[in-house]
Amino acid sequence: MWCPRYSDAALTNWPSFYQAVIPQETDAMKLHELTIEQASGLLKNKEIGSVELTRAVLDRIEAVDGKVGAFLTIDADGAMAQAEAADHRLARGDTVPLTGIPLGIKDLICTQGLRTTCASKMLENFIPPYDATVISRLKKAGAVIVGKLNMDEFAMGSTTEHSGFQTTRNPWNLDRIPGGSSGGSAAAVAADMCLGALGSDTGGSIRQPASHCGVVGVKPTYGRVSRFGLVAFASSLDQIGPLGKTVADCAIMLDAIAGHDPKDSTSVPEPVPTFAAIADDGLADVVVGIPKAYSAAQGLDPQVGAAIDRAVKTIQSLGARCIDVPLPHTDHAVAAYYVIAPSEASSNLARYDGVKYGFRDKSQADLLQMYRSTRSQGFGPEVQRRIILGTYALSAGYYDAYYGKASQIRTLIKNDFQTAFASCDAIVSPVAPTPAYPIGKTLDDPLTMYLSDIYTLSANLAGIPGISVPCGFSDDGLPIGLQIMGRHFNEPMLFKIARQFEKAANIKDKRPPL
Amino acid sequence: MKISQKEVLHVAQLARLDIADADVDRLADQIGTILDYVDTLNQVDTTGVPATSHAITLTNAFREDQAQDHLDPQASLANAPEKEDGAFVVPKVL
Repeated sequence: MWCPRYSDAALTNWPSFYQAVIPQETDAMKLHELTIEQASGLLKNKEIGSVELTRAVLDRIEAVDGKVGAFLTIDADGAMAQAEAADHRLARGDTVPLTGIPLGIKDLICTQGLRTTCASKMLENFIPPYDATVISRLKKAGAVIVGKLNMDEFAMGSTTEHSGFQTTRNPWNLDRIPGGSSGGSAAAVAADMCLGALGSDTGGSIRQPASHCGVVGVKPTYGRVSRFGLVAFASSLDQIGPLGKTVADCAIMLDAIAGHDPKDSTSVPEPVPTFAAIADDGLADVVVGIPKAYSAAQGLDPQVGAAIDRAVKTIQSLGARCIDVPLPHTDHAVAAYYVIAPSEASSNLARYDGVKYGFRDKSQADLLQMYRSTRSQGFGPEVQRRIILGTYALSAGYYDAYYGKASQIRTLIKNDFQTAFASCDAIVSPVAPTPAYPIGKTLDDPLTMYLSDIYTLSANLAGIPGISVPCGFSDDGLPIGLQIMGRHFNEPMLFKIARQFEKAANIKDKRPPL
Repeated sequence: MKISQKEVLHVAQLARLDIADADVDRLADQIGTILDYVDTLNQVDTTGVPATSHAITLTNAFREDQAQDHLDPQASLANAPEKEDGAFVVPKVL
């Protein structure tokens, strides 16, 4: 449903926050720089068409993706055909907020007829015979899919360096990681190569790259969005979510993809509110928890700490009451996660055996040797490392000590959040302990990379929603994000706080220097 | 070392992976470092704590046993590395 806030009157009376970015003359517009909210209004009023908007986005990709490396597949012809169809629909007045909007999709979400690789040699030539449920829903809304975005192979990584094909660079500084694993999605949105994107988040893979690239990213509650057609990494943790230029844009995208799906037995039949109807009534009735354990965590960069402190003050100035919350088992979240996620992955990735789809070493005449050779050549080093770690943790004699123990710690972490949410409505924290670090820094040091997920992966273990919203820049111009986490199925609270923070913080409309 | 080279090779065999001789050492080292870190979980007393395998508890998702549209055999086989007469081809098993 089209949110009433975006009536024609509203389009001519934008909040002051957006004034600086509202193009004044149609012919002078940089269409690719529009937000979804802006573009949607212009499309609906027939001031622009989806064909010219999509053309502008494809031109932008052509101009800057050589430097950034966000896209693995660009579907220019398909996108233009979808844009034409959207224009017909717009002409009929049959619109929803995403009709005609060019989006990018992380390359582990199945798109019928459009190559889906998971950034792995294993799936280099995989053409899905069906659409993921989120893709069917985007297509039904009339969105335009411009291409598929780079990631760490099978979503295993926090830097996008572990792609089997290319390294994506941070648009704010091309020598830095964009974060990961949805690094292509975050970089593409930051560099205006799509108006929004879908990613997936297993331990922070939407929120952390959003933070590093200065965009907004949402990990919904586990079960809120169907995983049907999402290539599985760790099934009890994976969740698809949006990355956008603004909080409102993410809410618009989540509206299109959320909801129960009988094809995913873990999708939850909860009522879905209209996320884009973000409450705009201040934060006077809101209690925000500040986790003591997080500020004590080792490795927190002072500039990130200072940016979060400023953000908390801003949230207080909007009327919210801040309290300390303990979350006593935070220190053990990374260790528990790096048992549980690789264990599930080792099981999920058993399906890549060179038989039904994907790569096969055809030189092998023996079945067992074909499996081994296929998997060793098809998977990259980080994926093999996690398969071995997970297989070890699940193997006879070690199961109780590793998987069993980690699953008990998971209960304690979940209980920590339940206790905290008895006295607060949301918890704010950093997203990542440092701004984006240099490419190559953790390539041979997996544990250091894993430890950088400290603030995000608890939300996956507990199944709660989280959002990353830009809250400042480091001295050398790298974006810093603020994380807001909430109760199960309380995404509206996250959107409310994030949207009002976004307006009040008034981060200047800086764009990456590309 | 937390995990021996022999154990790495055994686990690789279970996971159907070939590890090159040159990589065994490094892999044992990296996985050993991670396992040492994971051992910090033993600092927590979890006696009597139930395990969580899914954060959102759902009972079985049942549906009516009705015929529905599914991929036709041609589409199902479209990505197969080798196929013949509507079936997947694998190397000789016996």
